[in-house]
Amino acid sequence: MAKILMKGNEAIAEAAVRAGALYYFAYPITPQNEVGEYLAKRLPEVGGVFLQAESEVAVGNMLFGAASTGKRVFTTSSSPGISLMQESISYMAGAQLPVVLLNIMRGGPGLGGILPAQSDYFQATKGGGHGDYRLLVLAPSTIQEAVDLTMQAFYLADKYRNPVMIIGDGMIGQMMEPVEFPDEHTEPPLPAKTWAATGASERRPLVVKSLFLDPIALEKNNIVLHQKYEMMKRDEIRYECYKTNPKNKILLVAYGTMARICQTAIDELETEGISVGLFRPISCFPFPESQLYAEATKPNIETVLTVEMSMGQMVEDVERVVARQRPVKFFGRTGGIVPSPEEVIDQIKQLLAAGTPAKAKA
Amino acid sequence: MTTTFARPESLQDVVTHYCPGCTHGVIHRLVAEVLDELGVRERTVGVAPVGCSVLAYNYFNTDFLESPHGRAPALATGFKRIRPDMIVFTYQGDGDLASIGMSEIIHAANRGEKFTTIFVNNAIYGMTGGQMAPTTLSGQVATTCPLGRDTAKTGMPIRMCELLSGLVTPSYLERVAVHNPQQIIRTKKAIRRAFQYQIENKCFSLVEVLSTCPTNWGKTPAESTNWVEANLKSYFPLGVYKTPEEVK
Repeated sequence: MAKILMKGNEAIAEAAVRAGALYYFAYPITPQNEVGEYLAKRLPEVGGVFLQAESEVAVGNMLFGAASTGKRVFTTSSSPGISLMQESISYMAGAQLPVVLLNIMRGGPGLGGILPAQSDYFQATKGGGHGDYRLLVLAPSTIQEAVDLTMQAFYLADKYRNPVMIIGDGMIGQMMEPVEFPDEHTEPPLPAKTWAATGASERRPLVVKSLFLDPIALEKNNIVLHQKYEMMKRDEIRYECYKTNPKNKILLVAYGTMARICQTAIDELETEGISVGLFRPISCFPFPESQLYAEATKPNIETVLTVEMSMGQMVEDVERVVARQRPVKFFGRTGGIVPSPEEVIDQIKQLLAAGTPAKAKA
Repeated sequence: MTTTFARPESLQDVVTHYCPGCTHGVIHRLVAEVLDELGVRERTVGVAPVGCSVLAYNYFNTDFLESPHGRAPALATGFKRIRPDMIVFTYQGDGDLASIGMSEIIHAANRGEKFTTIFVNNAIYGMTGGQMAPTTLSGQVATTCPLGRDTAKTGMPIRMCELLSGLVTPSYLERVAVHNPQQIIRTKKAIRRAFQYQIENKCFSLVEVLSTCPTNWGKTPAESTNWVEANLKSYFPLGVYKTPEEVK
């Protein structure tokens, strides 16, 4: 199929339809409204369901009910909207329901702003709702990757019977790039969805639930969930290295839009004869721990610089992984400000010049 | 010998956790009898609330979803929109439906979602231990209004059938009670009508059932049924509040 020029939000919407996700429940919030607007027209064409809910609280619970049918369902939202869905996300994780959620992150906390940010990393990767659970979290850095990861997300949600969250930001949602949709989505076959509520005609009734009043049963459910997350850590690590080589003294760590900006900075530094590499997590949970450790502790690396569109969130995972083997520095802008490549270059040059610590800008 | 009374197939052969004198058991049975008589048990999915009937799925012999507090109408919406061929009902108490889940029930009703809600109103929070509900009567004692509900501070008890009947979208809304055999028979007719409308894909349907809570009311079962007759029924009048035929 030929490449077509599409806006990120619309490309993600089309990718979901092509992954067989024909059921979409959402509430409008900037900067991801084009997803719902696109699907309001597209889904009826393919026999799907588009429903604009009364709130994100309702959306999350519509997803619970919808996913209980065994069909592929999803929603998209932005930071404050995702916060309102945390109740249902916890319930869906507890009941082991496959759903896909897209968070086109904007500046926060609170109502914050509508411009790009990466300040929901903690919420996405560390919990957000109550209880012991994890989401599988994927972070695209191009619109093509957003398309590919969206299609994969539905498969992974089914495979693990777990909510999957894609974290983009206003930049990924709003910019336009050429994208190509795979003609056919080929993944290994999945087991039949015997857990779905389809009516007790030829079997005993089943219950889709997260309530386990018996503490032994609840602990057992938590152990089952934990084992699933351990499987994800083993099998679903995704990352990319950019221009990492033995000459580099500095390793950048960044994801999503910020990783693209870091790549531009790296390319510009290369023209000046300065060699820097980038480690880009694509799966933020599971976090590519051993892979990052291996890159960060190569003999040539003197400093690891984490760059984010936040006041510093993923940097805590980087510090945890690098575990005092190398100094971990942080540079970030937030509030909807996207750092320029020049700002990143300036941070790198400062580190190379004097080994002085990079400082987070307010 | 002819069997004249048996357990409906739509109920499981188990003992429930409900308190003595509580009418959840009667309401469960009526729903189950209707599902049997309409022959829809095998394509029915219930949605359980948070509250006393949180374990309803252990008693009905149908598939069930367990909902967060108040969100049953949203779950039912998500399910029914994808499987319009299935019969979906929510079973909700007054705290679940009229307090924390007020938004979900109003919007589901207003969209005309084609599912049925059984709304059990006993004017108090049962499971959490007798706190004030949005339907607690003026002057009624509860643990969080120990001197009786002061409506100057808490507002008047919410009448859900009246509130929902203000919506334009065609719906079936009826308030019934189960404190005596005559009312139980009427309640079954209302529940049957509600499910029939759903089978015919006509409208959103809600049956509000005035129920008892002897434990948290601090009354005997007999006193409780008398209290429904004397107090609950006068503030929450029984009757049909809306039918799809009325709205053209």
